[in-house]
Amino acid sequence: MQVTRRQFFKITSAGLGASSLAVMGFSPTAALAEVRQYRLARTTETRNTCTYCSVGCGLLMYSLGDGAKNAKAEIIHIEGDPDHPVSRGSLCPKGAGLLDFIHSPGRLKYPEVREAGSNEWKRISWHEAVERIAKHMKADRDANILAKNEAGVPVNRWISTGMLTASASSNETGILTQKFMRALGIVATDAQARICHGPTVAALAASYGRGGMTNSWVDIKNADFILVMGGNAAEAHPVGFKWAIEAKKQRGAKLIVVDPRFNRTAAVADHYVPIRAGSDIAFLGGIINWLIANDKIHWDYVKAYTNASLIVSEGFKFEEGLFSGYDADKGKYERGSWSYELDAGGMAKSDPSLEHPRCVWNLMKAHFARYTPEMVTNITGSPKEGFLKVCEHLGETAKADKVGTILYALGWTQHTVGAQNIRTMAMIQLLLGNIGMPGGGVNALRGHSNIQGLSDLGLLSTALPGYLTLPNEKAHPSFDEYLAKNTPKAVRPDQLNYWSNTPKFMVSLMKWFWGDKATKDNNWGYDWLPKWDKLYDVLQMTEMMHQGKVNGLIVQGFNPLASFPDANKVREAFSKLKYMVVIDPITTETSSFWQNHGESNPSDPTKIATEVFRLPSTCFAEEDGAIVNSSRWLQWHWKGAEPPGEAKSDQEIIAELFTALRDLYKKDGGNVPEPILNLSWPYKDPKNPTPEELAKELNGRALADVTDPKDPTKVLVKKGEQLPGFATLRDDGSTLCACWIFSGCWTQAGNQMARRDNTDAGCGNTPGWAWAWPANRRILYNRASCDPAGKPWDPKRKLIAWNGEKWVGADVPDFKIDEAPGSGMSPFIMNNEGVGRLFAVDKLVDGPFPEHYEPMESPIGTNPLHPKVVSSPAVRMFKGDRERLGTAKDFPYVGTTYRLTEHFQFWTKSVRLNAIAQPEQFVEIGEVLAQEKGIKQGDWGKVSSKRGFVKAKAVVTKRIKPLTVNNQTVHQVGIPLHWGWEGVAKKGYLTNALPPFVGDCNTQTPEYKSFLVNLEKA
Amino acid sequence: MALQSLDILRRSATPTATPQARNPMEVAKLIDVTTCIGCKACQVACSEWNELRAEVGTNIGVYDNPIDLSDQAWTVMRFSEVEENGKLEWLIRKDGCMHCAEPGCLKACPSPGAIIQYKNGIVDFHEENCIGCGYCISGCPFNVPRISKEDNKAYKCSLCSDRVAVGQEPACVKTCPTGAIQFGSKEDMKEVAATRIADLKNRGYDNAGLYDPQGVGGTHVMYVLHHADKAPLYHGLPQDPSISTTVSLWKGLLKPVATLGIAAAGLFGFFHYITVGPNRADDEHDEHDGSAASTKETSK
Repeated sequence: MQVTRRQFFKITSAGLGASSLAVMGFSPTAALAEVRQYRLARTTETRNTCTYCSVGCGLLMYSLGDGAKNAKAEIIHIEGDPDHPVSRGSLCPKGAGLLDFIHSPGRLKYPEVREAGSNEWKRISWHEAVERIAKHMKADRDANILAKNEAGVPVNRWISTGMLTASASSNETGILTQKFMRALGIVATDAQARICHGPTVAALAASYGRGGMTNSWVDIKNADFILVMGGNAAEAHPVGFKWAIEAKKQRGAKLIVVDPRFNRTAAVADHYVPIRAGSDIAFLGGIINWLIANDKIHWDYVKAYTNASLIVSEGFKFEEGLFSGYDADKGKYERGSWSYELDAGGMAKSDPSLEHPRCVWNLMKAHFARYTPEMVTNITGSPKEGFLKVCEHLGETAKADKVGTILYALGWTQHTVGAQNIRTMAMIQLLLGNIGMPGGGVNALRGHSNIQGLSDLGLLSTALPGYLTLPNEKAHPSFDEYLAKNTPKAVRPDQLNYWSNTPKFMVSLMKWFWGDKATKDNNWGYDWLPKWDKLYDVLQMTEMMHQGKVNGLIVQGFNPLASFPDANKVREAFSKLKYMVVIDPITTETSSFWQNHGESNPSDPTKIATEVFRLPSTCFAEEDGAIVNSSRWLQWHWKGAEPPGEAKSDQEIIAELFTALRDLYKKDGGNVPEPILNLSWPYKDPKNPTPEELAKELNGRALADVTDPKDPTKVLVKKGEQLPGFATLRDDGSTLCACWIFSGCWTQAGNQMARRDNTDAGCGNTPGWAWAWPANRRILYNRASCDPAGKPWDPKRKLIAWNGEKWVGADVPDFKIDEAPGSGMSPFIMNNEGVGRLFAVDKLVDGPFPEHYEPMESPIGTNPLHPKVVSSPAVRMFKGDRERLGTAKDFPYVGTTYRLTEHFQFWTKSVRLNAIAQPEQFVEIGEVLAQEKGIKQGDWGKVSSKRGFVKAKAVVTKRIKPLTVNNQTVHQVGIPLHWGWEGVAKKGYLTNALPPFVGDCNTQTPEYKSFLVNLEKA
Repeated sequence: MALQSLDILRRSATPTATPQARNPMEVAKLIDVTTCIGCKACQVACSEWNELRAEVGTNIGVYDNPIDLSDQAWTVMRFSEVEENGKLEWLIRKDGCMHCAEPGCLKACPSPGAIIQYKNGIVDFHEENCIGCGYCISGCPFNVPRISKEDNKAYKCSLCSDRVAVGQEPACVKTCPTGAIQFGSKEDMKEVAATRIADLKNRGYDNAGLYDPQGVGGTHVMYVLHHADKAPLYHGLPQDPSISTTVSLWKGLLKPVATLGIAAAGLFGFFHYITVGPNRADDEHDEHDGSAASTKETSK
């Protein structure tokens, strides 16, 4: 050791001075050792649910004050609720920072307006705001609503004002918004689901009958193998991912990540396999081929529970990259040949031996035979051994007592082939017998805290609550035609075919819309509903705005300027609006799109005539209500404090707007007033319906005594009582229900969503916690967890079983409760075949089998499977946007956008704690590419596409490696998207200036995950 | 109000013995680096609970942020990209106070009661007694304490002694999404670690092991590492940390010598005062010299 003279001095003298004093009697007092006082001793504790993602973690919010009138509650701390079965006290970095969301300097406190041409916000009163907005809306509606179409069908369609709805708002806000919009005739409406998980609903419903995540968060712990692909569960859903780690720790489960980047999920995985963004179907199709070739099939399951044996129509073909029925001029398929061959009785023909050349099994086998491991590696760039490792691990789960699961999210949805990505995995899980099984399923990890709820409530252009469709003017001009086309007939004998109850759901919904005004004679008010002519998804809506065909846009809890693709086009589109209404708790780039922020937002306010109203709304902590997590749990939450300033709840804002409009129509008349004047608005305070009132309507109640169809003297539900569940819905007007799948959430026994019994009934299932749709079932299709005789496939994973009289177990059976095994009824009760679909018949627009198509911007410019059909032939693309596509010549690298675990969308840049954890925009670049470009760690880089550019810091990493695709080197550039100019984080560029303005063929969810960019040192 | 919440094992620069009759359980935080997803929930929860807000920084080309510990950031995630056995690994280590059984900071601290070690193992800084000299930093083998530029006092993780005192786990532990951070008796945590290590060995990590370095008497924050034989892979975690010899010397050999010296100086002063009269001390000069020394230490 070396002790310098100075150190010696310090050690012995300066340091010892103090302790020596003690020696001499100057002993420090005992007070020197007290720990900090515990902060929460007398605070008020309120239970809530995290507002960010769809894991739906439980919160304990602590506020100052004990509720005394003279004390104003103020939330001072938030931590996880240890009773919550999923989160068990955990919160991710977003949830852990919620306190700074509530107290964000970006919270809006007063209504404001930005007048036409102005460069500033002006505070106005609520009264002025509501009056002015109502006046705008009425003027536009009266001028532009279409009462009848050319065929004379009442369509009540108002497309010159659009509305976007709030993915973090409660079900109660959502359903009131649904009522408000449809009464006005709004069809140009979407929720966040359109730009995130639209393809999930399309693909899973087409395969299994429902569009939701099949299993639940905790259930992931029952898996033997977990594949994370098309998502990044550890970063996007950290607390849900707890259960993947639990499976690893407790069961020794293996975890494999397939992703363009070695991400933070890969950091804890057993294996990581790189893949080129946009080539997932090639990879998954290769798995199907491998499973068939290596006989890793759960045969008993496939034969009993899938449509493998059904015979497909003779006209069905797949040749040279096209399915039968393609109309090249329209760029669409005529889907008639994508069907079963029916017998005389209308039943699909079947060959249980699977020998018929046109049975689904043989068509599937032939279709995927092209996806050899060599083809897979050529298209995906994935190393062959990595691909085979995934095949082998998945293949193991074909055994009855081995189960695998898949966790995915936007990495699969946000492609032109988004729905088909998911379809491919849905097929794999059927082949392996992993659907309905604890530890299995296709787990779609939804994005926002209530985007599942908003999807359930039909807050999408062509939807109504409970996955009923909004009437289409051509297909459903009359109520009878609506029912005829939406009430499917079973195509196999003895099936439950639950959608045969559509009339009950629809009539009960209409009774909710129109109350006493809905009668059998007026077809329950059917003509007052708006009818759509085409899908007004967010891309269509923005395109119309861009063409100057839209006057108004109401933006509730949404940030479309930052969220929609091709932000430069979106900004131009907004600039053409007459008015915009933004309802939000925080500042958004959308509300200030007219501001000039240099090259990141080059607006000229003097040239923008849009009047922008900014209305402050409450956030989760300041309201009661329920939100639906990814596992379909409706969880009730409670208000913990008053909102800041003059902020109001979304329900109150919507109700004030509606009553103001209704008053105008009453007073002044106007165009198509009937739906507005006849709308049922039975709320105690018409200007502020309570969450309780709305939640009870979601559940539904009896308007007359509901009797047992088998014994009409037996009253099941008395008039005025809350319904016990959707089984008691009627199509004679005697029941009212705003969303049939939510029926059961608030029964005569009270609010089921507020239940807090976290007892594990088996397999981690907690049926007493909150309430799950449908009918409190936690694992969908759970009848398929048993063999046809009713015995669990795996005795260690016993969820339900037949006890000789009925189905019983830890979960609510997803089946007719007293239907004995052997009756012929199959487990997929929403499908009219009763079985899972390997062949999706005509349910999707781009093919009954998935096929690999290149992204719209492809780095290889060809499709090795069929060079004549490179990208998906069923893509919808507007003319101007096609011209805005780049090629690999100018934009040689694959760009892919994503989220970071420290941030949530564009919200948390307003949250100090999260801004600290990830302060500044960056792009991720592999070492090889960085070296080629002369870019070093922390340098500024410029990433550009044909549509725009961002400048950001360079994170140079080993975690992105160049891939060899079709004999050429492909580099990928990772582009996180959380930045903008509002908030407390460092200002940045809108990442969505880069992706193309084109969406998934089925749902128009934009292709954010794979496009072409160039990279330069900035 | 002295010792009622947590029993004290020792206090810095305080020879007076603390009551030792009670023997509370030793606690430990186990950080399983192999299941850490680097989400930084622990960072955020720590700052939220302890009411700390670092400056919003910049990105310097890595995921780490804040990029270092500070008086406003008591724990930070350290990301390291390494290639081991031909396989890319992203090692993510939660950095912060290790709560050593033989705390170098406490031993180096000259200010009475500025650093407290509770009998449960927590090493806590009591800033009201801190004189900002920075010796804790030189005493710490893990380079953890930081001096605030605002108040010139040293700060670090308290293992949420306020929460532990009322029977709760630390904020970082509670929030950890994957259970990579756990809390309990040190004995239990070693058992949990053993289970994890067995699992890791099954998965091919032959050198997986527990990091509980004996050079500092063991720690009350322990790591499970995939490569326990290569601790420095984890963003420079010392393989065999020990208290710097300077500090050991002071507390060991030199302290009695110096005490004698001071006593002698005191006696000398006393007799000098008696025999010669009062002497003027150059206080200003001493203070200047002292602060210069502490600045140098902090900048190390």
